Amino acid sequence: MRKWLRPAVGVLGFAMLVVGAWFGLVKAPPDREMGDVYRIIYVHVPCFWMAFLAVTLNFACSALYLIKGSWKLDALAESSAEVGVLFGATGLTLGSIWARPTWGVWWTWDPRLTTAAIMLVSYAGYLALRRFVEDPERRAVWSAVVAIIAFADVPIIWYSVQWWKSQHQIQSSPKTVDPQMVFALRWNALAMLALLIFFIWSRYRIALRDRQQEVALPDALPPARTTPVQASGALK
Amino acid sequence: MRSTAVAQVGRKRPIVPRLFTETVLILGKDLILEWRTRTRLNALIFFSFATLLMFSFALGPDTKLLKENAGGYFWLAILFSSVLALGESFRIERENASLDGLRLVPIDAKAIFLGKALGNALLLVLLGILLLPVMVALYGVTVAMGIGRLFAVLALGSMAISWPGTVYSAIASNARARDVLLPLLLFPLVLPALLAAVKATGLVLHGDPMLQLGSWLGLLIAFNLIYWALGLALFPQVIED
Repeated sequence: MRKWLRPAVGVLGFAMLVVGAWFGLVKAPPDREMGDVYRIIYVHVPCFWMAFLAVTLNFACSALYLIKGSWKLDALAESSAEVGVLFGATGLTLGSIWARPTWGVWWTWDPRLTTAAIMLVSYAGYLALRRFVEDPERRAVWSAVVAIIAFADVPIIWYSVQWWKSQHQIQSSPKTVDPQMVFALRWNALAMLALLIFFIWSRYRIALRDRQQEVALPDALPPARTTPVQASGALK
Repeated sequence: MRSTAVAQVGRKRPIVPRLFTETVLILGKDLILEWRTRTRLNALIFFSFATLLMFSFALGPDTKLLKENAGGYFWLAILFSSVLALGESFRIERENASLDGLRLVPIDAKAIFLGKALGNALLLVLLGILLLPVMVALYGVTVAMGIGRLFAVLALGSMAISWPGTVYSAIASNARARDVLLPLLLFPLVLPALLAAVKATGLVLHGDPMLQLGSWLGLLIAFNLIYWALGLALFPQVIED
């Protein structure tokens, strides 16, 4: 692939985000009820869309890895989970900042918030597992299993928490919203998408090289686990 | 005796599926191991008693509050204990590489999963039965809807923890920092099951005027089915080298 393509996507994403900030902060009209406070929506909502995209990509790569093992799939799974956690944490923080002036609280036990928070912890656990297993092959299989199990939990958490009362505003459809608002939101989402691709792509390159290094030079790595066999081998 | 059973499998379909007999074998093996030492059960009992006591101290002597939330404390005690139980169930297989031995017999990996998970669930149910009188004494609760329904909630909740817990325990037992990893992976995952079990227990203890018990039990059953199926499909991959 062309060398300049990856940095170009990154530059495009950042540039679009700057223009998107102008669309969101200046061009779009203030909300009838929330005034200017609502403008955080232009980063908060795209962040969650991207986090969900990343997590879905992670699930797809994990499931494919179990069917047809490939270091590329494992590296992509790792990078998408990491970037997904980044976007999810950003979205959650922004949401909390938005909740304070509109709902009057920083946090509430709303299905969407709770599901997002639990998923964030789940994927942090997934990333921790990846750090705690040195053998690259085992790590790939185990983290794929954990990713599938964690992804299957999303709808269950969603329904279980939904039986508590919900506070989150109903999703607006483009028909009921000012076209300027819709445009700004879509523009920002596209900017975030470019950034998501740039981040995952960059992280993927590093992850893939890590894998190649681990597989090519297994002895250069710190000892994986001190099994009795290895310990006795070291004594000889 | 077993060699004949295995030989029959090759020729014709046995009356009892092999998966079932192997599951029972694994379950029996674990129960015998547990019965001979009883270390795990003893440790679990006192650990969970201590947990229940801790809640009483941490939340003050407000008896009304304790009584209202008894179901929550009960399930948290079981969840915390489950981490110990699950961790131990694969630690014993790591010693002398007996998990490899089991697979060389060969025992179906699915049978190992089912046997281990059922064993862990059984242990948790037993623990719950032992905790129940303590909970009644400490928090002054009464069982409004009968002991049978409470038992159903206990069994479903314990299994809900055990299915994913067994998969995660097999993973964590071979990783570094396994004592941190198992709760880190398991707690967020079983949260919906915990929520449903706590709600259902609360309803059974305090009565169910709005008839909500059915939906929480339904959620528990769905959680069980999903993770039972996922565990069956994924566990063989976990222990394969």
